[in-house]
Amino acid sequence: MTADGPLVLGIETSCDETGVGLVRGTTLLADAVASSVLEHERYGGVVPEVASRAHLEAMVPTLERACATAGVRLADVDALAVTAGPGLAGALLVGDAAAKALAVALGRPLFGVNHLAAHVAVDQLEHGLLPEPAVALLVSGGHSSLLLVPDVTADVRPLGQTIDDAAGEAFDKVARLLGLPFPGGPWIDREARDGDPAAIAFPRGLTGPHDMRRHRFDFSFSGLKTAVARWVEQRERQGEAVPVADVAAGFQEAVVDVLTRKAVLACREHGVADLVIGGGVAANSRLRVVAEERCAAAGVRLRVPRPGLCTDNGAMVAALGAELVRRGRPPSGLDHPADSSMPVTEVVAR
Amino acid sequence: MLLLALDTATSAVTVALHDDTGVLAESTVVDARRHGELLAPGIAAVLAGAECTARDLTAVAVGVGPGPFTGLRVGIVTAVTLGAALGIPVHGVCSLDVLAAEPPLDGPCAVATDARRREVYWARYDADGRRLGDPAVGRPVDVAPVLAGLPVRGDGPSRYPDAFPVAAEPSVVSAAALARLAAGALAGRGELLPPRPLYLRRPYAAPPSGRKRVLT
Repeated sequence: MTADGPLVLGIETSCDETGVGLVRGTTLLADAVASSVLEHERYGGVVPEVASRAHLEAMVPTLERACATAGVRLADVDALAVTAGPGLAGALLVGDAAAKALAVALGRPLFGVNHLAAHVAVDQLEHGLLPEPAVALLVSGGHSSLLLVPDVTADVRPLGQTIDDAAGEAFDKVARLLGLPFPGGPWIDREARDGDPAAIAFPRGLTGPHDMRRHRFDFSFSGLKTAVARWVEQRERQGEAVPVADVAAGFQEAVVDVLTRKAVLACREHGVADLVIGGGVAANSRLRVVAEERCAAAGVRLRVPRPGLCTDNGAMVAALGAELVRRGRPPSGLDHPADSSMPVTEVVAR
Repeated sequence: MLLLALDTATSAVTVALHDDTGVLAESTVVDARRHGELLAPGIAAVLAGAECTARDLTAVAVGVGPGPFTGLRVGIVTAVTLGAALGIPVHGVCSLDVLAAEPPLDGPCAVATDARRREVYWARYDADGRRLGDPAVGRPVDVAPVLAGLPVRGDGPSRYPDAFPVAAEPSVVSAAALARLAAGALAGRGELLPPRPLYLRRPYAAPPSGRKRVLT
């Protein structure tokens, strides 16, 4: 952990969290997050326009809170980083425009960065410089990806991703059909603790022999969600109570099983000894336990940041920005676009 | 005084610098889909054109719409973030008022601009340029009778010529006009608004209807 080095401010607005982080080297100084999640609850999912409005309201207060926490002034910042994509187009634009305004006001370089690479880079704040190469498993409400990461600032290669729903999306949808609140992840996790993960055998998507050839490192959670819905409806139709804890545990086990199995397989087949897990679903307690067990059995070192750094935040953007500065990478132009479908291979927007 | 004025409530991405004597530099690009890409370079360009840096600014004025939300937010978040970083005040101006302000009127007029979803933002002005009531949003067919006979500024007439047959320039906002309007207000001739968007519409979203059934 370095206590010196340039001061980097990171801004994240790709979904429903307005995040501002301040990082010096690999030291986290502040991680201010304003979430609009409660405003989305009654819609059962994130409403883009609601999120965008909340980002605008929260931007300056969150910048000020981050600076106050770190004991710095905006004028002290040496470089800026912002999530340029992927994410909700209108939401991304708010953070991107704010970061450009700071770059103009302070006369400092700006990096428009990839959200997924930032989810990987944030681990440096907890566990020091990333091993190279690493395999990264990123699982959230918007993404489910396996990445080979030879260099988080310049070389990120997709190994696989979801072909339908993101893992976190499946948690939300299953929570809803079990009558649990949004966002569903923490509620499923809680219910599952009282359930038997083996009581109901739910399908493991894309793990059959044929799929393991065509979709070796891809995921699918849509069929699993439908299988849960069918099971629950059948119960209801028979007039029986739904064992919420067992359904939650069985569903969660199916998700966790596939995620960890494929992540460890990716490490083994690419000769990689380090697995990083990030994204909001990385806060799931069962995922952390099973990943530990399987990594230990396979001789893979596991790095999972604490839950607060796994969900969307500005610190992860600042962490990647700091690493870009440390490696002398060129900044983005003031005219770089916010790109809602930014490819994971593009670490810095041009 | 060195005032930075900007507006992204119409398809123009427009920036101007104003000192106590007048507008020093202006940059305007019309491209409704690239506000986020064009605004910051526009600010850098007018500062360079006037041989200033951002630290020389003493205030920011921003058009607060009404206008299509995504572009509108780019201008407002840029303005408030500049204000926070530089420690200078940020003022809002109704973007429709800017369209009504220049060139000077020779009688009553109206402004109607594209609000997407087949609606327009609109307002009426008296012969002295005073707005009559709050800006509003509505369907052209409903707004047309209210504005009948008036020259209509903004891009409403080009989009809905049947509803607004008497078109008048300008069709998009100029930050130079916004700067002069704001400078006048700062000198006590007119009112300024807080730098918050005039959305005039609630977010389009409906709470989920019951659960979808998968069994048939």
